[in-house]
Amino acid sequence: MAESVGVKEVKVIEGVTCPFCGVTCDDLVVHVENGKIKEVKNACVLGKDTFMHHLEGWATPRIQGKPATIDQCIDAAAEILAKAKYPLIYGLDSTELQAQRKSIELADLIGANIDHTSSVCHAPSLQAVQTVGISSCTVGEVKNRADLVIFWGCNPAEAHPRHPSRYSVTAKGLFTPKGKKDRMVIHVDVRPTPTARMADAFIQIKPNSDYEIFSALRALLKGHELDQAEVGGVAIDEWKTLLEKMKSSKFGILYWGMGLTMTRGKYLNIVALLTLTQELNRFTKFQAAPMRGHGNVVGMAQVLTWQTGFPFAVNMSRGYPRFNPGEYSVADLLAHGEVDAALILAADAIGNFPAKMAEHLRSIPMIAVDPKESETTKVATVVIPTAQAGIAAGGMAYRMDHIPLVMKKVVDSPYPSDREVLERIIAKVVAMKNGGNGAPVRAGGARG
Amino acid sequence: MSERRFTLITGRTTKQGRSVHLGKGAREFLDEISTLQMNPKDIEVLGLQEGDQVRLSTRDGSAVVKCKKGDIPQGLVFIAYGGFVNALVGSDTQATGMPNTKGIEVEVERHG
Repeated sequence: MAESVGVKEVKVIEGVTCPFCGVTCDDLVVHVENGKIKEVKNACVLGKDTFMHHLEGWATPRIQGKPATIDQCIDAAAEILAKAKYPLIYGLDSTELQAQRKSIELADLIGANIDHTSSVCHAPSLQAVQTVGISSCTVGEVKNRADLVIFWGCNPAEAHPRHPSRYSVTAKGLFTPKGKKDRMVIHVDVRPTPTARMADAFIQIKPNSDYEIFSALRALLKGHELDQAEVGGVAIDEWKTLLEKMKSSKFGILYWGMGLTMTRGKYLNIVALLTLTQELNRFTKFQAAPMRGHGNVVGMAQVLTWQTGFPFAVNMSRGYPRFNPGEYSVADLLAHGEVDAALILAADAIGNFPAKMAEHLRSIPMIAVDPKESETTKVATVVIPTAQAGIAAGGMAYRMDHIPLVMKKVVDSPYPSDREVLERIIAKVVAMKNGGNGAPVRAGGARG
Repeated sequence: MSERRFTLITGRTTKQGRSVHLGKGAREFLDEISTLQMNPKDIEVLGLQEGDQVRLSTRDGSAVVKCKKGDIPQGLVFIAYGGFVNALVGSDTQATGMPNTKGIEVEVERHG
């Protein structure tokens, strides 16, 4: 045993950023004893469990189910990717920025489709923002200024537990010194989620009626009268009351979630929402922002956009980036059985995808790069365990409001970081493609 | 029978978010993702008792889970993201990239 009796090495690390959800709380205090996490302060239950259970269910390096060394796994991964005609690189939101950058470099090198977990999450929001723009702000501005907060189709009480206390409901700020008393909080959803308990008002709407509701609100805002008595199961008068609250607020924010992105209308729901909030700026200061899921989910969209111009569903097979949701997005690529190899990094694709998508992934050579075992690692051709970003590997992460934060390494891992694994795969693929003759590798890989 | 048809909402729960760190084979996780929340009146109309097994069928697949009373309007049912949801969600995205994952038509019937 490496641990010596009686000699305790105790470290208290302050200002740790939580890698679990998009709120990326950066005030955690982690106690480490003899290289193991013993206590986490300030985190919500989800964040605390992320740190406290980080040792459970670690993945092991293996090829075709048989134990292998990391070096062997990297060689096998490079060979699969170099040979593939139409590969997919996917996952990527639960890692740090430099690893995300490397994943795009690899996609460029092998002419891959590259998509991330946002694709089945907030991708419709990204598409809408690129279509009509967004009037938005940081969570700090919400904390200091917002006197009206609307949670529409999202449930921070369960998905982002500290967002309300740090920023949006009870938080006390410069112009909101009394916290909750200085704010009106409204929850709009198809069911009274636990978020309804912290709201001053709850508006229950019919499923799949959001586009219609936002369109009606826009018409009412422009002074039109509507023929219907109700829209989305709610009386027009109630919508008029909501609009008055929006117009008379000093600083309003509408947060939305998957209740809008995953239902009928998809990105058009968000286009309508964003247009409404932009139009409200004729009356007051009003913004909108998506409640983002994974720790560094915004980072991947940021780095992919600054490198290719597109936030998700990017195809590099012609040597330049092409963007086409519905074609190059992970759901469509897998459902239509189009990709012939896949690298899944920091995501449980098999465990989260609809059955038909998972079925194709099981049928092709697949590399899983992940700190933990999952439904994906169980069936992957090559499993490469890594140091968990934000716990055993440092780096940068973007908070849900696009503010970059430092993620600290609080413990060591016997495994390399996601970035290092990608760097080594890239080096190996370059060597294989050069075939030893030193010829430069063209962007877009073999097909050029 | 129209009373068997519901709208399925899927989503996160605190229990699901916490227990996923114990592993997807953990009892707590499996228990949460295999529990369907229903309005008490709907449970009564279908002649069910809390804890009974029900079969959910969508146009894309089916799954057997247990039902539980929940704070949810009549006509809607809720289940946390996980393997059982995957069996019910289709892969068609109507060229948007996003499968219909919430607001899905579903038939609920007693199982066993």
